Amino acid sequence: MSATIGDVRPGALPLVRLRPAAGGREILRKDVAQLSDEALLEAVADSDEAALGELYDRFGRVAYGLALRILRDATLAEDAVQEAFLQVWRGATGYRRERAKASTWVLTFVHRRAVDLVRREERRRGDPSGALPEPAGPGADDAVVARSRREIVQDALSRLPADQREAIELAYYGGLTQSELAERLSQPLGTIKSRMFSGLQRLHALLVEAGFESA
Amino acid sequence: MSSDLHELAAPYALDALDADERERFERHLAECERCSAQLAELQEAAGALAFAAEGPEPPPSLRGRILESARAESSGKVVAFPPHRWALPAVATIAAVAACVAIGLGIWAGSLSHSLDRERSAKAGYARAFELLGGGAQVKALAGGEGALLVAPGGGKAALVVCGLSPAPAGRTYEAWVIEDKTPRPAGLFRGGGGCPPVLLEREVPAGATVAVTLERKGGAQRPTGSILFHSAAV
Repeated sequence: MSATIGDVRPGALPLVRLRPAAGGREILRKDVAQLSDEALLEAVADSDEAALGELYDRFGRVAYGLALRILRDATLAEDAVQEAFLQVWRGATGYRRERAKASTWVLTFVHRRAVDLVRREERRRGDPSGALPEPAGPGADDAVVARSRREIVQDALSRLPADQREAIELAYYGGLTQSELAERLSQPLGTIKSRMFSGLQRLHALLVEAGFESA
Repeated sequence: MSSDLHELAAPYALDALDADERERFERHLAECERCSAQLAELQEAAGALAFAAEGPEPPPSLRGRILESARAESSGKVVAFPPHRWALPAVATIAAVAACVAIGLGIWAGSLSHSLDRERSAKAGYARAFELLGGGAQVKALAGGEGALLVAPGGGKAALVVCGLSPAPAGRTYEAWVIEDKTPRPAGLFRGGGGCPPVLLEREVPAGATVAVTLERKGGAQRPTGSILFHSAAV
């Protein structure tokens, strides 16, 4: 808390003086663009709007792509992303970096919000199982980093045993519950649960092996 | 039953549980270290799946809308707690607390004298409560005490975070009540003490209700007999 602008070494990044926290303390932080995802989320927990903007810049596109794939409707997808980021804004104090990567934490909100919305919509339409998820489309821009992350995950997915991949894709992208899945695939619930479990464990191992870094 | 619950970690990570199953698993998760550890890995794998779905750019207006709503919330939703008012006759045993904590949007404001330990403890208490209830939990200030009532988004499940409460004296227990239409219903017993531990209520808190805490005989009561030590704002 004792750092001042004068402490910045020549050539170092400028410190941005944020509004004083109540109680008279001042928060000094590096420009949010320089923060790790985790530090960024912690800045969001300090109600730093610039940090929220930066968080959106890093994950907004992935969030929207995910919501769109689940909801298959642009307006609903926007709603899901907006609500999820507001939940992040309200709940960031609950984030702990030793328990989860920031990207995982944020995208969990987006996913849950999208799944809740798609279930509500399907109940309204009387279509409990929903349409099969569409395959992921190509990205609209040339974000090389994002594309390589996409490719790594897609590649890892393709290396799962087909029944595990199917259970994971239908659940995660299709928004189906385990019971709906059991019914659709005509398998006992226990089988579905174990496919999900083995599939996710395997996926985790494959991603670690491929050096996947969501940050 | 509990082995069934362990098996819900993967479907939970994939959001493939219905609302009841999700709630049951979250209650279990609060008590099962093994599941928490396992879930972290499963959730990381599930979270990575989001990257495979990446598609078109979101409309440019979305960013502005998010920031605008966040700003609107900050101005209206920050919860500032009153200085402690523990010195009620019925609560002579309850320790005085020097810290004054404000949360809601992650703002930790306080007198300059408040200790880092207390802040850490409060932060851990809230973090745990948010974990139990989901990040979007509503936060309601407590009157007469330091802490907050947190209510899960979209429904009823709630936790109290109370800081600096002395352990209940021998033979007594703290009891939480959900008060709806002036009718108090028992919502769980707790011991108090130990920083700011979250207390998951055993009864849902419907819209319009408040939560209050009294000191009761060990084993609890069906109707409050002690006076209200502190209570939340209406949900």
